[in-house]
Amino acid sequence: MGRGYTAHAAVTAEPGPHGRTRLTRLRSDGPLALRETPDGVYLVGAAAGPLGGDRLHLDIRVAEGACLTIRSAATTLAMPGDGESTYTVTAEVDGHLDFAPEPTVAVRGCRHRALARVALGPSGTLRWREELVLGRHDEEPGLHTGRVDITRAGLPVLRHELRADPASRSRAVLGTAKAVGSLIRTGPSVTRAEPGLALLPLASGGTLANAAAPDSAALRRLLLRAEEALEPVSSG
Amino acid sequence: MRAHLLMLADSRLPAGGHAHSGGLEPAVTAGAVASVADLADFLHGRLHTAGLVASALAAAACAHAPGGADWSGLDAEADARTPSPAQRTASRAQGKSLLRAARATWPHPVLDGLRVPVPAGAPRAPHHPLVLGAAAHAIGCAPLDAASVAAYGAVTGPASAAVRLLGLDPMAVQRALAELAGDVDEVAREAAAHAEKDWAELPAVSAPALDLWAEEHLRADLRLFES
Repeated sequence: MGRGYTAHAAVTAEPGPHGRTRLTRLRSDGPLALRETPDGVYLVGAAAGPLGGDRLHLDIRVAEGACLTIRSAATTLAMPGDGESTYTVTAEVDGHLDFAPEPTVAVRGCRHRALARVALGPSGTLRWREELVLGRHDEEPGLHTGRVDITRAGLPVLRHELRADPASRSRAVLGTAKAVGSLIRTGPSVTRAEPGLALLPLASGGTLANAAAPDSAALRRLLLRAEEALEPVSSG
Repeated sequence: MRAHLLMLADSRLPAGGHAHSGGLEPAVTAGAVASVADLADFLHGRLHTAGLVASALAAAACAHAPGGADWSGLDAEADARTPSPAQRTASRAQGKSLLRAARATWPHPVLDGLRVPVPAGAPRAPHHPLVLGAAAHAIGCAPLDAASVAAYGAVTGPASAAVRLLGLDPMAVQRALAELAGDVDEVAREAAAHAEKDWAELPAVSAPALDLWAEEHLRADLRLFES
Protein backbone atom coordinates (compact mmCIF):
# COMPACT_ATOMS: atom_id res chain seq x y z
CA MET A 1 0.00 0.00 0.00
CA GLY A 2 1.00 3.56 -0.58
CA ARG A 3 3.33 3.12 -3.52
CA GLY A 4 0.71 2.58 -6.20
CA TYR A 5 -1.14 5.06 -8.31
CA THR A 6 -4.45 6.45 -7.12
CA ALA A 7 -6.11 7.84 -10.22
CA HIS A 8 -9.53 9.30 -10.95
CA ALA A 9 -10.51 9.63 -14.59
CA ALA A 10 -13.92 10.81 -15.73
CA VAL A 11 -15.98 11.31 -18.83
CA THR A 12 -19.38 12.95 -19.18
CA ALA A 13 -21.45 12.82 -22.36
CA GLU A 14 -24.39 15.13 -22.99
CA PRO A 15 -26.62 15.70 -25.99
CA GLY A 16 -25.20 18.29 -28.38
CA PRO A 17 -26.55 20.05 -31.44
CA HIS A 18 -28.00 18.10 -34.41
CA GLY A 19 -28.51 14.90 -32.41
CA ARG A 20 -24.81 14.55 -31.73
CA THR A 21 -23.22 13.82 -28.40
CA ARG A 22 -20.66 16.17 -26.91
CA LEU A 23 -18.23 15.44 -24.13
CA THR A 24 -18.59 18.06 -21.42
CA ARG A 25 -15.94 16.45 -19.27
CA LEU A 26 -12.90 14.39 -20.21
CA ARG A 27 -10.44 13.96 -17.42
CA SER A 28 -7.38 11.73 -17.67
CA ASP A 29 -5.41 10.83 -14.59
CA GLY A 30 -2.25 8.80 -14.10
CA PRO A 31 -2.38 5.50 -16.00
CA LEU A 32 -5.95 6.17 -17.20
CA ALA A 33 -5.63 8.43 -20.23
CA LEU A 34 -8.80 9.16 -22.22
CA ARG A 35 -8.67 10.22 -25.88
CA GLU A 36 -11.63 11.41 -27.91
CA THR A 37 -11.73 9.87 -31.39
CA PRO A 38 -14.40 9.69 -34.11
CA ASP A 39 -15.11 6.10 -32.99
CA GLY A 40 -15.61 6.95 -29.35
CA VAL A 41 -13.53 7.60 -26.29
CA TYR A 42 -10.40 5.45 -26.07
CA LEU A 43 -8.69 4.37 -22.89
CA VAL A 44 -4.98 4.61 -23.60
CA GLY A 45 -2.65 3.02 -21.07
CA ALA A 46 -0.30 5.78 -19.99
CA ALA A 47 1.60 3.48 -17.64
CA ALA A 48 2.09 -0.27 -17.25
CA GLY A 49 -0.41 -2.13 -15.19
CA PRO A 50 -2.49 -1.93 -13.17
CA LEU A 51 0.15 -3.07 -10.70
CA GLY A 52 -0.56 -4.32 -7.19
CA GLY A 53 -1.33 -1.30 -5.01
CA ASP A 54 -2.90 0.78 -7.79
CA ARG A 55 -6.36 2.24 -7.17
CA LEU A 56 -7.94 3.28 -10.44
CA HIS A 57 -11.34 4.90 -10.82
CA LEU A 58 -13.27 5.77 -13.94
CA ASP A 59 -16.50 7.75 -13.58
CA ILE A 60 -18.84 7.76 -16.55
CA ARG A 61 -21.97 9.82 -17.00
CA VAL A 62 -24.22 9.62 -20.01
CA ALA A 63 -27.07 12.10 -19.99
CA GLU A 64 -30.45 11.38 -21.53
CA GLY A 65 -30.26 11.74 -25.28
CA ALA A 66 -26.49 11.16 -25.37
CA CYS A 67 -24.61 8.11 -26.67
CA LEU A 68 -21.13 7.25 -25.41
CA THR A 69 -18.82 4.59 -26.79
CA ILE A 70 -15.80 3.52 -24.74
CA ARG A 71 -13.01 1.37 -26.13
CA SER A 72 -9.40 0.74 -25.24
CA ALA A 73 -6.32 0.91 -27.40
CA ALA A 74 -4.74 -2.29 -26.13
CA THR A 75 -5.02 -5.26 -23.83
CA THR A 76 -4.69 -4.50 -20.12
CA LEU A 77 -2.18 -6.54 -18.13
CA ALA A 78 -3.09 -6.91 -14.46
CA MET A 79 0.33 -7.29 -12.83
CA PRO A 80 1.56 -8.28 -9.39
CA GLY A 81 2.92 -5.60 -7.11
CA ASP A 82 2.43 -4.11 -3.69
CA GLY A 83 -0.82 -5.72 -2.55
CA GLU A 84 -4.13 -5.72 -4.34
CA SER A 85 -4.96 -3.52 -7.30
CA THR A 86 -8.48 -2.25 -7.97
CA TYR A 87 -10.17 -0.75 -10.97
CA THR A 88 -13.59 0.68 -10.22
CA VAL A 89 -15.87 1.89 -12.99
CA THR A 90 -18.95 3.82 -11.95
CA ALA A 91 -21.49 4.69 -14.61
CA GLU A 92 -24.70 6.68 -14.47
CA VAL A 93 -26.53 6.07 -17.70
CA ASP A 94 -29.65 7.92 -18.80
CA GLY A 95 -28.69 7.74 -22.49
CA HIS A 96 -26.78 4.88 -24.13
CA LEU A 97 -23.44 3.51 -22.98
CA ASP A 98 -21.45 1.12 -25.17
CA PHE A 99 -18.52 -0.11 -23.08
CA ALA A 100 -16.26 -2.67 -24.73
CA PRO A 101 -12.56 -2.40 -23.92
CA GLU A 102 -9.94 -4.91 -25.05
CA PRO A 103 -9.33 -7.94 -22.79
CA THR A 104 -7.65 -7.92 -19.41
CA VAL A 105 -4.93 -10.50 -18.85
CA ALA A 106 -4.57 -11.79 -15.29
CA VAL A 107 -0.80 -12.21 -15.12
CA ARG A 108 0.77 -14.75 -12.77
CA GLY A 109 0.86 -13.42 -9.21
CA CYS A 110 -1.59 -10.56 -9.76
CA ARG A 111 -4.26 -9.73 -7.21
CA HIS A 112 -6.73 -7.58 -9.06
CA ARG A 113 -10.34 -6.57 -8.50
CA ALA A 114 -12.34 -5.03 -11.32
CA LEU A 115 -15.61 -3.60 -10.05
CA ALA A 116 -18.29 -1.94 -12.12
CA ARG A 117 -21.44 -0.27 -10.87
CA VAL A 118 -23.81 0.75 -13.61
CA ALA A 119 -26.87 2.74 -12.54
CA LEU A 120 -29.37 2.92 -15.37
CA GLY A 121 -32.01 5.61 -15.41
CA PRO A 122 -35.54 4.78 -16.58
CA SER A 123 -34.58 5.16 -20.26
CA GLY A 124 -30.89 4.22 -20.04
CA THR A 125 -29.58 1.48 -22.35
CA LEU A 126 -26.36 -0.50 -22.21
CA ARG A 127 -23.98 -2.66 -24.16
CA TRP A 128 -21.24 -3.95 -21.87
CA ARG A 129 -18.52 -6.39 -22.88
CA GLU A 130 -15.79 -7.80 -20.69
CA GLU A 131 -13.08 -10.29 -21.57
CA LEU A 132 -10.61 -11.88 -19.19
CA VAL A 133 -7.61 -13.96 -20.23
CA LEU A 134 -6.36 -16.30 -17.54
CA GLY A 135 -2.61 -15.79 -17.65
CA ARG A 136 -0.23 -15.14 -20.53
CA HIS A 137 0.90 -18.01 -22.75
CA ASP A 138 1.40 -21.19 -20.71
CA GLU A 139 1.11 -19.27 -17.46
CA GLU A 140 -1.09 -19.85 -14.42
CA PRO A 141 -3.22 -16.77 -13.74
CA GLY A 142 -3.09 -14.70 -10.58
CA LEU A 143 -6.19 -13.92 -8.55
CA HIS A 144 -8.71 -11.83 -10.43
CA THR A 145 -12.19 -10.86 -9.27
CA GLY A 146 -14.51 -9.16 -11.69
CA ARG A 147 -17.90 -7.95 -10.57
CA VAL A 148 -20.58 -6.04 -12.45
CA ASP A 149 -23.59 -4.61 -10.64
CA ILE A 150 -26.31 -3.19 -12.84
CA THR A 151 -29.34 -1.48 -11.36
CA ARG A 152 -32.26 0.30 -12.96
CA ALA A 153 -33.94 3.05 -10.97
CA GLY A 154 -32.27 1.55 -7.89
CA LEU A 155 -33.54 -2.01 -8.42
CA PRO A 156 -31.06 -4.82 -9.15
CA VAL A 157 -30.92 -6.05 -12.74
CA LEU A 158 -27.74 -8.14 -12.64
CA ARG A 159 -25.10 -8.78 -10.03
CA HIS A 160 -22.46 -10.94 -11.63
CA GLU A 161 -19.10 -11.84 -10.17
CA LEU A 162 -16.39 -14.03 -11.59
CA ARG A 163 -13.61 -15.09 -9.27
CA ALA A 164 -10.61 -16.43 -11.12
CA ASP A 165 -9.18 -18.38 -8.21
CA PRO A 166 -8.25 -22.04 -7.66
CA ALA A 167 -11.93 -22.99 -7.12
CA SER A 168 -12.77 -21.59 -10.56
CA ARG A 169 -10.67 -24.33 -12.20
CA SER A 170 -13.48 -26.72 -11.27
CA ARG A 171 -15.35 -28.17 -14.24
CA ALA A 172 -18.53 -26.67 -12.73
CA VAL A 173 -17.11 -23.14 -13.14
CA LEU A 174 -14.48 -22.58 -15.85
CA GLY A 175 -12.77 -25.95 -16.24
CA THR A 176 -9.83 -25.69 -18.60
CA ALA A 177 -10.96 -22.45 -20.29
CA LYS A 178 -8.17 -19.88 -20.63
CA ALA A 179 -10.41 -16.98 -21.64
CA VAL A 180 -13.81 -16.03 -20.28
CA GLY A 181 -16.05 -13.14 -21.10
CA SER A 182 -19.51 -11.73 -21.06
CA LEU A 183 -21.71 -9.42 -23.04
CA ILE A 184 -24.64 -7.65 -21.43
CA ARG A 185 -27.35 -5.94 -23.39
CA THR A 186 -30.40 -4.18 -22.06
CA GLY A 187 -33.45 -4.68 -24.23
CA PRO A 188 -33.46 -8.01 -26.05
CA SER A 189 -34.29 -11.25 -24.22
CA VAL A 190 -32.71 -14.19 -26.00
CA THR A 191 -32.11 -17.77 -24.81
CA ARG A 192 -29.45 -19.92 -26.41
CA ALA A 193 -27.03 -22.60 -25.29
CA GLU A 194 -24.19 -24.00 -27.39
CA PRO A 195 -20.70 -25.26 -26.52
CA GLY A 196 -18.90 -22.45 -24.70
CA LEU A 197 -21.70 -19.92 -24.98
CA ALA A 198 -24.94 -19.31 -23.07
CA LEU A 199 -27.36 -16.47 -23.70
CA LEU A 200 -29.34 -15.93 -20.55
CA PRO A 201 -32.39 -13.65 -20.49
CA LEU A 202 -32.50 -11.80 -17.17
CA ALA A 203 -35.50 -11.72 -14.86
CA SER A 204 -36.03 -7.99 -15.30
CA GLY A 205 -35.23 -7.80 -19.02
CA GLY A 206 -32.06 -7.75 -21.06
CA THR A 207 -29.66 -10.60 -21.70
CA LEU A 208 -26.33 -11.80 -20.32
CA ALA A 209 -24.15 -13.78 -22.70
CA ASN A 210 -21.46 -15.86 -20.98
CA ALA A 211 -18.63 -17.35 -22.98
CA ALA A 212 -15.63 -19.50 -22.09
CA ALA A 213 -12.96 -20.55 -24.59
CA PRO A 214 -9.44 -22.00 -24.90
CA ASP A 215 -7.98 -18.61 -25.99
CA SER A 216 -8.89 -14.96 -26.48
CA ALA A 217 -9.49 -15.25 -30.24
CA ALA A 218 -11.98 -18.08 -29.75
CA LEU A 219 -13.60 -16.09 -26.96
CA ARG A 220 -14.06 -13.06 -29.23
CA ARG A 221 -15.66 -15.29 -31.89
CA LEU A 222 -18.17 -16.63 -29.35
CA LEU A 223 -19.04 -13.13 -28.19
CA LEU A 224 -19.50 -12.02 -31.80
CA ARG A 225 -21.99 -14.86 -32.21
CA ALA A 226 -23.78 -13.55 -29.15
CA GLU A 227 -23.82 -10.04 -30.69
CA GLU A 228 -25.41 -11.44 -33.83
CA ALA A 229 -28.07 -13.27 -31.84
CA LEU A 230 -28.90 -10.13 -29.92
CA GLU A 231 -28.69 -7.62 -32.76
CA PRO A 232 -31.73 -8.21 -34.97
CA VAL A 233 -34.19 -7.71 -32.15
CA SER A 234 -32.56 -4.64 -30.68
CA SER A 235 -31.97 -1.07 -31.61
CA GLY A 236 -30.30 -0.19 -28.31
CA MET B 1 -33.40 -26.23 18.32
CA ARG B 2 -30.51 -28.47 17.21
CA ALA B 3 -32.95 -31.25 16.31
CA HIS B 4 -35.09 -28.81 14.30
CA LEU B 5 -32.01 -27.65 12.42
CA LEU B 6 -31.06 -31.25 11.64
CA MET B 7 -34.59 -31.79 10.32
CA LEU B 8 -34.30 -28.73 8.10
CA ALA B 9 -31.01 -30.02 6.64
CA ASP B 10 -32.31 -33.59 6.26
CA SER B 11 -33.06 -34.72 2.73
CA ARG B 12 -35.99 -36.68 4.17
CA LEU B 13 -37.85 -33.41 4.78
CA PRO B 14 -40.44 -33.71 1.99
CA ALA B 15 -39.40 -30.51 0.23
CA GLY B 16 -38.90 -31.90 -3.26
CA GLY B 17 -35.12 -31.70 -3.24
CA HIS B 18 -34.82 -35.21 -4.67
CA ALA B 19 -36.20 -33.94 -7.99
CA HIS B 20 -33.21 -31.63 -8.55
CA SER B 21 -29.60 -32.53 -9.23
CA GLY B 22 -28.08 -29.06 -8.90
CA GLY B 23 -26.73 -29.21 -12.43
CA LEU B 24 -25.15 -32.64 -11.97
CA GLU B 25 -27.38 -34.45 -14.47
CA PRO B 26 -26.57 -32.14 -17.42
CA ALA B 27 -22.89 -32.28 -16.41
CA VAL B 28 -23.08 -36.08 -16.67
CA THR B 29 -24.89 -35.81 -20.00
CA ALA B 30 -22.14 -33.48 -21.25
CA GLY B 31 -19.55 -36.06 -20.23
CA ALA B 32 -18.00 -33.75 -17.64
CA VAL B 33 -18.64 -35.97 -14.61
CA ALA B 34 -18.12 -39.73 -14.76
CA SER B 35 -16.17 -40.68 -11.62
CA VAL B 36 -15.96 -39.87 -7.93
CA ALA B 37 -12.91 -37.66 -8.61
CA ASP B 38 -14.86 -35.74 -11.25
CA LEU B 39 -17.73 -35.37 -8.82
CA ALA B 40 -15.47 -34.04 -6.05
CA ASP B 41 -14.12 -31.40 -8.44
CA PHE B 42 -17.66 -30.50 -9.57
CA LEU B 43 -18.91 -30.17 -5.97
CA HIS B 44 -15.92 -28.02 -4.96
CA GLY B 45 -16.64 -25.55 -7.76
CA ARG B 46 -20.38 -25.52 -7.17
CA LEU B 47 -19.91 -24.93 -3.44
CA HIS B 48 -17.69 -21.88 -3.91
CA THR B 49 -19.99 -20.29 -6.51
CA ALA B 50 -23.71 -21.13 -6.51
CA GLY B 51 -23.33 -22.58 -2.99
CA LEU B 52 -21.84 -19.38 -1.61
CA VAL B 53 -24.53 -17.23 -3.22
CA ALA B 54 -27.38 -19.43 -1.93
CA SER B 55 -25.76 -19.58 1.49
CA ALA B 56 -25.47 -15.78 1.70
CA LEU B 57 -29.06 -15.28 0.59
CA ALA B 58 -30.24 -17.81 3.21
CA ALA B 59 -28.27 -16.03 5.95
CA ALA B 60 -29.64 -12.64 4.88
CA ALA B 61 -33.18 -14.04 4.84
CA CYS B 62 -32.74 -15.46 8.34
CA ALA B 63 -31.53 -12.06 9.60
CA HIS B 64 -34.37 -10.28 7.79
CA ALA B 65 -37.12 -12.64 8.98
CA PRO B 66 -37.82 -11.11 12.46
CA GLY B 67 -39.05 -7.86 10.95
CA GLY B 68 -39.66 -9.19 7.49
CA ALA B 69 -42.98 -8.37 5.95
CA ASP B 70 -41.57 -7.34 2.59
CA TRP B 71 -39.56 -10.04 0.81
CA SER B 72 -39.58 -8.58 -2.68
CA GLY B 73 -36.29 -6.71 -2.25
CA LEU B 74 -34.29 -9.78 -1.25
CA ASP B 75 -36.10 -11.89 -3.85
CA ALA B 76 -35.04 -9.38 -6.53
CA GLU B 77 -31.45 -9.73 -5.27
CA ALA B 78 -31.74 -13.50 -5.80
CA ASP B 79 -33.12 -12.95 -9.31
CA ALA B 80 -30.25 -10.58 -10.16
CA ARG B 81 -27.74 -13.27 -9.09
CA THR B 82 -29.42 -16.00 -11.14
CA PRO B 83 -29.05 -15.08 -14.81
CA SER B 84 -30.06 -18.56 -16.01
CA PRO B 85 -33.85 -18.74 -16.41
CA ALA B 86 -33.72 -22.53 -15.92
CA GLN B 87 -32.03 -22.01 -12.55
CA ARG B 88 -34.51 -19.30 -11.56
CA THR B 89 -37.36 -21.70 -12.31
CA ALA B 90 -35.69 -24.52 -10.37
CA SER B 91 -35.02 -22.24 -7.39
CA ARG B 92 -38.60 -21.00 -7.27
CA ALA B 93 -39.99 -24.54 -7.59
CA GLN B 94 -37.81 -25.65 -4.69
CA GLY B 95 -38.78 -22.56 -2.70
CA LYS B 96 -42.45 -23.40 -3.16
CA SER B 97 -41.96 -27.04 -2.11
CA LEU B 98 -39.85 -26.14 0.91
CA LEU B 99 -42.36 -23.49 2.00
CA ARG B 100 -45.19 -26.03 1.91
CA ALA B 101 -43.17 -28.53 3.94
CA ALA B 102 -41.89 -25.92 6.41
CA ARG B 103 -45.35 -24.44 7.06
CA ALA B 104 -46.75 -27.89 7.74
CA THR B 105 -43.83 -28.80 9.99
CA TRP B 106 -43.23 -25.54 11.88
CA PRO B 107 -46.30 -23.24 11.88
CA HIS B 108 -44.97 -19.70 12.19
CA PRO B 109 -46.26 -16.25 11.14
CA VAL B 110 -43.06 -15.50 9.19
CA LEU B 111 -43.69 -18.54 6.97
CA ASP B 112 -47.39 -17.65 6.58
CA GLY B 113 -46.42 -14.25 5.20
CA LEU B 114 -43.67 -15.52 2.92
CA ARG B 115 -44.88 -14.35 -0.50
CA VAL B 116 -43.51 -12.02 -3.14
CA PRO B 117 -45.76 -9.99 -5.42
CA VAL B 118 -45.90 -10.75 -9.13
CA PRO B 119 -46.94 -8.01 -11.58
CA ALA B 120 -50.41 -8.92 -12.85
CA GLY B 121 -50.45 -12.27 -11.07
CA ALA B 122 -50.94 -14.04 -7.77
CA PRO B 123 -48.14 -13.63 -5.20
CA ARG B 124 -45.70 -16.54 -5.27
CA ALA B 125 -43.20 -18.26 -3.03
CA PRO B 126 -39.75 -16.66 -3.13
CA HIS B 127 -36.47 -18.26 -4.17
CA HIS B 128 -35.37 -21.36 -2.25
CA PRO B 129 -32.61 -19.76 -0.12
CA LEU B 130 -35.05 -17.15 1.19
CA VAL B 131 -37.49 -19.84 2.33
CA LEU B 132 -34.60 -21.74 3.90
CA GLY B 133 -33.47 -18.65 5.82
CA ALA B 134 -36.99 -17.83 6.98
CA ALA B 135 -37.52 -21.44 8.09
CA ALA B 136 -34.25 -21.32 10.02
CA HIS B 137 -35.54 -18.25 11.84
CA ALA B 138 -38.88 -19.96 12.51
CA ILE B 139 -37.10 -22.79 14.35
CA GLY B 140 -35.00 -20.37 16.39
CA CYS B 141 -31.74 -20.64 14.48
CA ALA B 142 -29.21 -17.98 13.53
CA PRO B 143 -28.02 -16.76 10.11
CA LEU B 144 -24.89 -18.93 10.32
CA ASP B 145 -27.11 -22.00 10.77
CA ALA B 146 -29.15 -21.05 7.72
CA ALA B 147 -25.93 -20.49 5.76
CA SER B 148 -24.60 -23.90 6.84
CA VAL B 149 -27.74 -25.74 5.73
CA ALA B 150 -27.67 -23.97 2.36
CA ALA B 151 -23.97 -24.66 1.78
CA TYR B 152 -24.38 -28.27 2.87
CA GLY B 153 -27.38 -28.74 0.56
CA ALA B 154 -25.41 -27.24 -2.32
CA VAL B 155 -23.14 -30.31 -2.30
CA THR B 156 -25.28 -33.12 -0.85
CA GLY B 157 -28.03 -32.72 -3.47
CA PRO B 158 -25.75 -33.21 -6.49
CA ALA B 159 -23.82 -35.93 -4.63
CA SER B 160 -26.85 -38.14 -4.11
CA ALA B 161 -27.95 -37.44 -7.69
CA ALA B 162 -24.54 -38.69 -8.83
CA VAL B 163 -25.00 -41.96 -6.94
CA ARG B 164 -28.32 -42.50 -8.71
CA LEU B 165 -27.18 -41.40 -12.17
CA LEU B 166 -23.73 -42.92 -12.33
CA GLY B 167 -24.03 -45.79 -9.87
CA LEU B 168 -20.98 -44.47 -8.02
CA ASP B 169 -19.88 -46.20 -4.83
CA PRO B 170 -21.99 -44.49 -2.13
CA MET B 171 -19.19 -44.88 0.44
CA ALA B 172 -16.68 -43.18 -1.85
CA VAL B 173 -19.15 -40.34 -2.45
CA GLN B 174 -19.64 -39.88 1.30
CA ARG B 175 -15.88 -39.77 1.68
CA ALA B 176 -15.71 -37.04 -0.98
CA LEU B 177 -18.38 -35.06 0.89
CA ALA B 178 -16.51 -35.45 4.17
CA GLU B 179 -13.39 -34.09 2.52
CA LEU B 180 -15.39 -31.02 1.51
CA ALA B 181 -16.74 -30.41 5.03
CA GLY B 182 -14.09 -27.81 5.87
CA ASP B 183 -14.94 -25.91 2.70
CA VAL B 184 -18.66 -26.07 3.54
CA ASP B 185 -17.94 -24.47 6.92
CA GLU B 186 -15.71 -21.84 5.33
CA VAL B 187 -18.35 -20.91 2.74
CA ALA B 188 -21.05 -20.71 5.42
CA ARG B 189 -18.88 -18.41 7.52
CA GLU B 190 -18.16 -16.14 4.55
CA ALA B 191 -21.86 -16.10 3.69
CA ALA B 192 -23.02 -15.36 7.23
CA ALA B 193 -20.57 -12.47 7.53
CA HIS B 194 -22.75 -10.63 5.00
CA ALA B 195 -26.08 -11.38 6.72
CA GLU B 196 -26.56 -7.98 8.32
CA LYS B 197 -25.00 -5.92 5.55
CA ASP B 198 -26.49 -4.14 2.56
CA TRP B 199 -28.07 -6.80 0.31
CA ALA B 200 -26.44 -5.17 -2.71
CA GLU B 201 -23.06 -6.31 -1.35
CA LEU B 202 -23.98 -10.01 -1.00
CA PRO B 203 -21.71 -12.38 -2.95
CA ALA B 204 -22.71 -12.89 -6.60
CA VAL B 205 -20.14 -15.46 -7.72
CA SER B 206 -21.11 -17.13 -10.96
CA ALA B 207 -20.36 -20.53 -12.44
CA PRO B 208 -20.54 -20.18 -16.24
CA ALA B 209 -20.47 -23.95 -16.81
CA LEU B 210 -23.39 -24.54 -14.44
CA ASP B 211 -25.37 -21.76 -16.14
CA LEU B 212 -24.75 -23.28 -19.57
CA TRP B 213 -25.63 -26.82 -18.47
CA ALA B 214 -28.82 -25.61 -16.77
CA GLU B 215 -30.06 -24.23 -20.08
CA GLU B 216 -28.97 -27.31 -22.06
CA HIS B 217 -30.81 -29.50 -19.57
CA LEU B 218 -34.16 -27.83 -20.35
CA ARG B 219 -33.78 -28.91 -23.97
CA ALA B 220 -32.64 -32.47 -23.20
CA ASP B 221 -34.95 -35.22 -24.45
CA LEU B 222 -34.39 -37.58 -21.60
CA ARG B 223 -33.89 -36.42 -18.06
CA LEU B 224 -34.37 -37.89 -14.64
CA PHE B 225 -34.13 -34.64 -12.68
CA GLU B 226 -35.92 -31.32 -13.18
CA SER B 227 -32.67 -29.39 -12.89
